[in-house]
Amino acid sequence: MRKLSLLGLLGLVIRRDLLLAMRRRADVLTTLIFFVMVVSLFPLGVGPEMDMLRKMASGVVWVAALLASMLSLPRMFSADYADGTLEQMMLAPQSLSVLVLGKIVAHWMLSGLPLALIAPVLGLQFDMSVPALWALVLALLLGTPVLSMIGAIGAALTLGLRGGGVLVSLLVLPLCIPVLIFGAGAVEAVNSGMSAVSNLSLLGAFMLFALVFTPFVAAQALRISME
Amino acid sequence: MAINWFKYSAPSTFYGLAGKLIPFFAWPAAILFVIGLYIGFFVAPTDAVQSEAYRIIFLHVPASILSMFIYLIMAGYAALGLIFNTRLSSMMAQALAPTGALFAFVSLWSGALWGKPMWGAWWVWDARLTSELILLFLYLGYIALQASIEDPRRADRASALLAIVGSVNVPIIYFSVKWWNTLHQGSTIKFTGTSMHIAMQQAMFAVLAACWLYAIAVTLARVRSIILERERNTQWVSELREMKQ
Repeated sequence: MRKLSLLGLLGLVIRRDLLLAMRRRADVLTTLIFFVMVVSLFPLGVGPEMDMLRKMASGVVWVAALLASMLSLPRMFSADYADGTLEQMMLAPQSLSVLVLGKIVAHWMLSGLPLALIAPVLGLQFDMSVPALWALVLALLLGTPVLSMIGAIGAALTLGLRGGGVLVSLLVLPLCIPVLIFGAGAVEAVNSGMSAVSNLSLLGAFMLFALVFTPFVAAQALRISME
Repeated sequence: MAINWFKYSAPSTFYGLAGKLIPFFAWPAAILFVIGLYIGFFVAPTDAVQSEAYRIIFLHVPASILSMFIYLIMAGYAALGLIFNTRLSSMMAQALAPTGALFAFVSLWSGALWGKPMWGAWWVWDARLTSELILLFLYLGYIALQASIEDPRRADRASALLAIVGSVNVPIIYFSVKWWNTLHQGSTIKFTGTSMHIAMQQAMFAVLAACWLYAIAVTLARVRSIILERERNTQWVSELREMKQ
């Protein structure tokens, strides 16, 4: 058997997860529709005054993105856990952390990336300016991977538990608060005429920090849950 | 004779020791609490700015300090349990969590009661208040995870990992909330920077010590229950005096 390099392994896991998701597109679309729906509900709740909507747009989009990514978290490992694939992955000679990283990347491409791409359309509903829209997309592109990475730890810890879906949100949401603050802060900064660079840099720093540690921690969490 | 430091790391020996230690923490806690409250209510002078309402500080500050301190201790015990696989450490972490959550709640509640007369609002989105609230959420997540896993070994290890991740995240959360707050130009209220009267200090330290001792006593009592619950099928539990009654 050909020996896989780490990058080859990463690519393999990502390709496999994407392929599986493409076979069941409904799952991916549900998250996206949920996101659009939650964002669209806010104007109905607070009223159609454009001034207020413009002010709260970034916060609304970010909170909705946070909730939408929580919604898709339990799916990250559960199917593989149910059919025994996860067990085989843990027995594999390759690094479990890299496998987990692959699953995280695939999860992000299926949950975070679509949200970031559709966010500008929703931003238009809230009458956001073009620079603010750019800041929003960039912040989402930098921030949603962190949500997937921290979420992977929660998903791994709650694997196979009753009521895992609610529990994972309970565990992960408080840990995601910094991402929310700086993600929404980036748009806020643009709106008030400042540069969004500091907020975006901090988001980038979070992403790199999480990229280094979370695959390993999530792999440990999987080991704990599977033993 | 060399002292065997690890003798009491076994639940069976620690159970008895904890039982003996509880009164040594509980009674001083009660006495110090009475002393602290007496000084706080009757000896400490009325504050020039805040008049009588400031006296809630004697409960508020110790509760806040302990809520943060207990999280660190809890994460420390959880890490010990995860790394060295010592059962008692995990039980201690589990026993500490409700007390920590309680102190976080008391801190928020007393803060709200203090905020109303001082700031005119039960709640402001001040950096300290917000991070204390998030700390309470972290405690609740820890307790919820521990409670929803039936296998105690997995529960210990999973919640230990969560506590460690949480403790790494706490400073990040604190600073982000702080920067967020200054960014928003939120509250301009600051605590008065005047030096404290000596009686106020005495009252505060007495209550702080009382809360500290109370936390230890309650944790020991709770860890005894956890030990009994987990070791209920063992020989030594069935031989306990209280089991035979």
